[in-house]
Amino acid sequence: MTETRIKQAHEPLIRITKRDNMGLKKSAIVYAVGIFAALIFSSLLIILVTGLKPTEIFKAMYEGVIGTPVANMGINKKYVEAIHAAAILLCISLAVTPAFKMKFWNIGAEGQVLVGCLASAYCMLEFGGKMDNTVLLIVMLLTSILFGMLWALLPAICKALWNTNETLFTLMMNYVAMTLVSYFIMVKDRSGRSDLGILNERTGYGYLPELFGRSYYFNILIVTVVTVLMFIYLKYSKQGYEISVVGESENTARYIGINVKRVIMRTVAISGAICGLVGFMIVAGDKHSIKSAIVGGQGFTAIMVSWMSKFNPIIMIPVSMLIIFLNIGSKYATSAFRVDNSIGDILTAIVIFSIIACEFFIRYKVNFRKTKRRAGK
Amino acid sequence: MELKPAIELRNITKTFGSVVANKNVNLTVNYAEILSILGENGSGKTTLMNMISGIYYPDEGQISINGEEVVISSPKDAFNYKIGMIHQHFKLVDVFSATENIILGLKGKGRYNPKDAAIKIKEISDKYGFEIDPSKKIHEMSVSEKQTVEIIKVLYRGADILILDEPTAVLTPQETQKLFAILRKMKEDGKAIIIITHKLHEVLSLSDRVAVLRKGEYIGTVNTTATSETELTEMMVGKKISLNINRSEPIGAEDRLVVNDLECINREGVKILDDISFTAKAGEILGIAGIAGSGQRELLEAIAGLQKVQFGEIIYNDPKTGKSENLKDKTPLQIRELGVRLSFVPEDRLGMGLVGNMDIIDNMMLRSYRKGKSIFLERKSPKDLAQHIIEDLEVVTPGATTPVRRLSGGNVQKVLVGREIAASPTVLMAAYPVRGLDINSSYTIYNLLNAQKEKGVAVIFVGEDLDVLIELCDRIMVIGGGRVTGIVDGRNVTKEEIGLLMTKSHGGEQND
Repeated sequence: MTETRIKQAHEPLIRITKRDNMGLKKSAIVYAVGIFAALIFSSLLIILVTGLKPTEIFKAMYEGVIGTPVANMGINKKYVEAIHAAAILLCISLAVTPAFKMKFWNIGAEGQVLVGCLASAYCMLEFGGKMDNTVLLIVMLLTSILFGMLWALLPAICKALWNTNETLFTLMMNYVAMTLVSYFIMVKDRSGRSDLGILNERTGYGYLPELFGRSYYFNILIVTVVTVLMFIYLKYSKQGYEISVVGESENTARYIGINVKRVIMRTVAISGAICGLVGFMIVAGDKHSIKSAIVGGQGFTAIMVSWMSKFNPIIMIPVSMLIIFLNIGSKYATSAFRVDNSIGDILTAIVIFSIIACEFFIRYKVNFRKTKRRAGK
Repeated sequence: MELKPAIELRNITKTFGSVVANKNVNLTVNYAEILSILGENGSGKTTLMNMISGIYYPDEGQISINGEEVVISSPKDAFNYKIGMIHQHFKLVDVFSATENIILGLKGKGRYNPKDAAIKIKEISDKYGFEIDPSKKIHEMSVSEKQTVEIIKVLYRGADILILDEPTAVLTPQETQKLFAILRKMKEDGKAIIIITHKLHEVLSLSDRVAVLRKGEYIGTVNTTATSETELTEMMVGKKISLNINRSEPIGAEDRLVVNDLECINREGVKILDDISFTAKAGEILGIAGIAGSGQRELLEAIAGLQKVQFGEIIYNDPKTGKSENLKDKTPLQIRELGVRLSFVPEDRLGMGLVGNMDIIDNMMLRSYRKGKSIFLERKSPKDLAQHIIEDLEVVTPGATTPVRRLSGGNVQKVLVGREIAASPTVLMAAYPVRGLDINSSYTIYNLLNAQKEKGVAVIFVGEDLDVLIELCDRIMVIGGGRVTGIVDGRNVTKEEIGLLMTKSHGGEQND
């Protein structure tokens, strides 16, 4: 009897308790330690799996993003490309944010961007040369926004009226969009290719003009404006306030007389419209082409960016840059050293995982057993 | 009789972040004794009991059972030491019968045998005087029957030390008396009983000794026979406070809100309000009493435009224009646009009245953010209002930009009531406004309601503490099973009379 009691008589080894708010300095240290740990961990992985020197891989990753200054004189192409890619991801992240803040689980950004791309590509082919290029660009922009908006609005209307599950609905809309694009390509080019090549290659109809000599700059400028507007919209506008209230508690929203259905539809329409805008930017300002994989899964990556930034548009800037830079860098490094591309994905995952783990250590404290008592002796 | 200590706590300390929930608590509970633990909300009563029952683990200090030092690191450990806790929120499976719930999760030898279990349950019931039908399903039971199942559950597992967390909060006066009789029998049987409560008269009538906690600190233990309500309050609050509510005579009571034949059906298609008719007059407090879930919430939500009304009318008489408006089928926004100054303090403070993750300023804005044509928010006047409420109602908060969920229950309620009163209402509805509040905050709320009444506001107060209802309200409407079972004068009515009305329709329905 007494023996069993003594056996139970030990403090648990690890206990987790909640922490007070950690200061900015301390949390910066936690993040620094987290990223350092991620580097060590990925170095070990590189040595164990590939047998290469980690420093070389890291150097190659850096070069992949920044580019070697000696090779390119003047404007560094790679550098701008990386920023542009981050800007596109940032813009999709901004698009999904109002819906997420409202707890509307829109995972259909991929499809919403894609129909935006499709709308732009269609206009390029149909109206290219039939109207002034500026007018054409405006028509492309508006139809892209309209299509992105409609693609998002359909699940939102069903959610508001019949309380359907928006997660499944928006997900399925992605596949509808992809199939639609495949169909469009098939109709335009019966040879069975999966894309139409560069559209209007000789004429340049429907191409965004160059800004400071580079076409990427136009897109970067648009995203900068969208970021600032979104920040202001969410924080200082009445509609942004309504989004927060509906997201936090639908009951409170009803209690103070907010028309919840209207807010859901309005917010998701905004989300979809920005996705459509991204579609326009991809086609008119970057790829000048159309295929069903043109968005490349960024509609899903954006969900992660939005959550990691806690729905703050300003924090989304470094987060989307980090993810894109890791992505581009690891791709470059793995191809330079001819190792499997999955290694790059794993490295990216380790870094992101450590950042999320830092969150845990900022919020909670881990207590170890203080006194070591031998059990049963 | 010789006292044998069941549990001894020595220097127990527990902190959550920088919040000290318990600090150096010393406590002894003997067998064949009822110990009350008294303390205001946030004084650490439940935390302390959770450490005894293995839900939390103390940061410092020792717990001894039967004189031996023990470590309780899980509810299973507590069960092995014969400790049984009856939680405030029942942990029962609705679709199972009483017997099934009682033997659920027990690792006995042999086969699953509900028949033997039923016999053992019968024995326990007879021994202590429980009234229970072991084959009745939980969802068919009243709150007090469910509580009985919880108590039998721990007795069935052989508990010798019972902890009851606010067991009377959900009971009618008659049910409370029954429970107390049972607890006394258990005490005679040699069990150690700990009861957490903040109702002083219960403490005095039931327990042998009272341990008082204040803000996590152990203040002392007194023998019940040698103490009084005033002394206990002083120990609990730390200063002398008056426990009287002023009740002024209503003046010029004109009919402000007239409800006729109201009928509502809830989402499951059950008739939740049936044939409700009453009048709320300006300058008086109308109390609404009833067993929890008798339709109180739906009634207030129907008036506020949040619950669909099947039948009947809700007439509002505007004191300024003299016009009458029917509020049936109007949304909260439409009601406001009609110029009806209806304020509503809902039961679910953080889930309906406020947004927990928003700060005090943004919560002030809930009522007023629409003002003006600008598409941008105006944060200046809500900020002033927040400051004003923090100062006037003595809200304890680090600042106006603190999320309200971080505040204690009393301070949350002050923010909510403060905002609703700031809208200068003509009708003020409050559902359980002092639930979970400490004595000081409760009296602040009573005074605020009284001040509104004196201003000529029609106050509707849904309460659960009958003593308070009788002291505060001019008239009390009792509802049972969604029907009005009586409207009585608050000045000459007894608790027992209200208790009878509360169960009236309830019993009648069962016979149907």
